[in-house]
Amino acid sequence: MTTTEMSTKERMAIPRQPMPELAPETRRRSFAEVNLGYDAETAIREATRCISCRRPPCVAGCPVGVRIDLFVPMIAAGDFAGAAQIVADDNALAAICGRVCPQEAQCEGACVLERKHRSVAIGNLERFIADWDRERGGSPVEVAPPTGHRVAVVGSGPAGLTCAADLARRGHDVTVFEALHEPGGVLAYGIPQYRLPRNIIAAEVGRIRDMGVALETDAVIGMADTIDELLGDAGFEAVFIGSGAGAPRFIGIPGEDLVGVSSANEFLTRVNLMKAYRPDATTPVYDLEGAHVAVFGGGNTAMDSVRTALRLGADRAVIMYRRTVEDMPARREEVVHAEDEGVEIMPLVAPVEFLGEDGRLTRVKLIRMEQGEPDASGRRRPTPIDSTEFVEEIDVAIVAIGNDPNPILRRTTADLAHTSRGTIEVDPATGATTKRGVYAGGDIVTGGATVILAMGAGRLAAREMDAGLRHGE
Amino acid sequence: MARVLDTSETGPGITRLRVDAPRVARHWRAGQFAIIRPTSESERVPLTIAAAHRSQGWIEIIVQAVGRTTAEIASTPAGAELADVVGPLGIPSEIDVFGHVVVVGGGVGTAVAYPTAIALAGAGNRVTVIVGGRTKDLVILEDELRAAGLTVVVTTDDGSAGVHGLVTDALTAIIATDPPDRVIAAGPIPMMRAVAEATRPHGIATMASLNPIMIDGTGMCGGCRVRVGGEVRFACIDGPEFDAHLVDFDLLARRNRAYLDFERTQRELAGIA
Repeated sequence: MTTTEMSTKERMAIPRQPMPELAPETRRRSFAEVNLGYDAETAIREATRCISCRRPPCVAGCPVGVRIDLFVPMIAAGDFAGAAQIVADDNALAAICGRVCPQEAQCEGACVLERKHRSVAIGNLERFIADWDRERGGSPVEVAPPTGHRVAVVGSGPAGLTCAADLARRGHDVTVFEALHEPGGVLAYGIPQYRLPRNIIAAEVGRIRDMGVALETDAVIGMADTIDELLGDAGFEAVFIGSGAGAPRFIGIPGEDLVGVSSANEFLTRVNLMKAYRPDATTPVYDLEGAHVAVFGGGNTAMDSVRTALRLGADRAVIMYRRTVEDMPARREEVVHAEDEGVEIMPLVAPVEFLGEDGRLTRVKLIRMEQGEPDASGRRRPTPIDSTEFVEEIDVAIVAIGNDPNPILRRTTADLAHTSRGTIEVDPATGATTKRGVYAGGDIVTGGATVILAMGAGRLAAREMDAGLRHGE
Repeated sequence: MARVLDTSETGPGITRLRVDAPRVARHWRAGQFAIIRPTSESERVPLTIAAAHRSQGWIEIIVQAVGRTTAEIASTPAGAELADVVGPLGIPSEIDVFGHVVVVGGGVGTAVAYPTAIALAGAGNRVTVIVGGRTKDLVILEDELRAAGLTVVVTTDDGSAGVHGLVTDALTAIIATDPPDRVIAAGPIPMMRAVAEATRPHGIATMASLNPIMIDGTGMCGGCRVRVGGEVRFACIDGPEFDAHLVDFDLLARRNRAYLDFERTQRELAGIA
C-alpha cells in the first residue's frame, strides 16, 4: 500500500520518528553536530503521520507562515523536489530554523496530533528537506524585476537576513550592514556549531547573496554612518533595524569583576565567532581542561554555554538556577541533551558573592531559594531561605541571565522612540518605528527572544516596507 | 578588507600605518579607536586612531608589536590588505574650552593623546603635552606635536632625552607653576594611576583613556568592563575615556592579565622576544 492510500487511523498509528543523534559519550567532548538528521526513509515515514488537516493549525503556528500543509505531504509522497521548492520559497533560513526553532511552542505545538499522539516532527522534516535541497545545489528562488528602490538593513542576524531576502525577492536593492566581521549575528557568535554548523549559516547567507543582497561587514551603524546618513546622502529610501539584543546583563554581586567570570556573550563569542576552541586559535578563552564551570541562568544561552564548557574539557559543568528545572525558559530538548552529556543542574540556588585569590575566581557563595507567590512571568517567584549559604569551588563562572538592548543606535538616532526598557518602539501590526521610513524587529524590539520570532518580525516589516516603497511613501 | 597605503617606523617596534578606510575616516573624532584583524584568522585588536583624513579616506594607526597580532599588523607592508578595520568606536574625547589643558602620553599611549591634544588646541585651549618614554627612542610624535604649535615637555626614565624622570615629575612641576584646568592621560596603567594621584589633591579634572581587553567593541560581550566610581561601565561604548579619579586601576590591571599564558605562547609562535 502506498502512503497516499493510508487512512487517518493508520497514519496516526505510526510512532513519531526520533531524531538520530550522536551518543552522549561521543559528543560531550566534540563540536560535531549532535543531531544527525533523518534519512529519506525516516523522513517519509514521519511525514506520513501528517493527517492533512483541512485548516492546518501548524501553518498559523509558524511565525513566518511556511506552508507546512503542502511540504509535509509532498515528503510523504516522495516528492522531495516539490517540497524543497515550497520550503525555499517560504523560508530563506530553513536549514537553520529546522535546527534551532522551538517548534514545540510553534508549529508542532499547534499540531492536532499533539494532544493524543505526539505532533508531526515538522522541524526535523524542515531540516531534512532543506539539507536535501542544499546538497543538490538549492532550488531556484524567483526574484522580481528590479524596482529601483534602495533599502538598508542594519544587522545580519535572523531578523535582518529574513527582511533582506524578502525585500530582494520583491525586486528591491538591499544592502545589509553587519557590525562584526562575519554575517549571521547571534547565529554566528551565539549558537554553538554542535547545534548549528557554520557551513549551514554560510550556505543560507550565500543563497541570500545570490538573490542580489549586498552584505557589508565591519560596519557599525550609529558609529560609522547614522540612520539619518543612510536615509540622506547614502541614498536609501527605507531602513530596517535588526540590531539584536546587545548588552549582557550582570548579576550585580561582589566579585563579578574577577578574572574567571564572564558573560555568556563573551564566552560564546570567543568560542563560536573567534574559534577559540581550536588549538591554533589566536583568540584565547579560559583554559577549561579539568575545570569546574558554573553557568548562571536557565535559558538556551545558559545551555549553550554549559555544553560548550563540557566540550572545552570541563570536569564539572553545572547550571546554577534560581528557579526550578520546570521553570527554565530553555527548550526541553536542550536541557535533556545537556543532562545526557553529564551537565549537572542545581536548581533553586542563587549566587551571593564570587570569591577569589589574586584576582582570580576560585569559589562562589550561593544561597538556597524557595518558591514564593507567582510573579509577572506566571512562575513562582524565588526567594532566598535565611542562613542557607554554602560555598562551591569553581574556576570559571558564566553569567547567562539575558541582555539589555544595545545603546548605540539609541544614542545616535535622536527621533527614534524607545521604550523605558531601551527597546525600539514599533507598531506591532507593521514594524514601523516612530521615524519615517524606519522599521525595526527582532530582539532590539522584543528583548531577548527566539530566532523564529525575529524572522517573523523581519518578514512583517519587509511586507510593509515593500508596500510603502511601491506607493511612493 | 582595508589596504595599507604606507608604513614607517617611529621607534623600536613601533610602526605607523596609513590605512585606506573611508567610512572610518569620515566619522572619526579624536579619542575614538578602530578594531583591526590583520588576517581572516586573527583576533580582534582595538587600536587608537591617531589621525584621519576625511576627503582622502585614510586613517593612521600607531601600533607597538607586543604580541602576535600586533606584530602581524605592524609588519603588513604598503599595498597589502588588513582583513578587517572596524570603526570608529568609542565615545570621542570631550572637546570644549577648558583653559589650560595638560595632555599626558606615555609610550605608545602618546598616539591616543596626540589627536586629542591637537583637537583641544584647535578649540582654543592652551595645551601642554607631556610625552614620556622609558628611553629616547620610545618617545613618539614629539616633532608632530611641536609642528602643531603645542608646548611639549619630554621626559625619559633614563634621561636620554628631555627631563630625566617620569611624566608625573613634569606634571607636578606644571601644577606648581601653571596649574591646569584639565588633565588627560593615555598610557600604561601605572602611569595613568600616578597621574590621577598627582592631580587628585588639587581637584583638577582628569580623564584617563583605558585599554582593557576587548572583543567586539560594540557593547555586546562585556569583556571590557571596568569599574568607575563603583559602577560597571563598558570601555567600548561608555568610554574609552573616564574620570581618572574614579577608575579602579587595580582591577583594570588584574583583568588585563587574564590571558598572560596564552599571550606568552602566541609571542613564542610569532618569534617575539
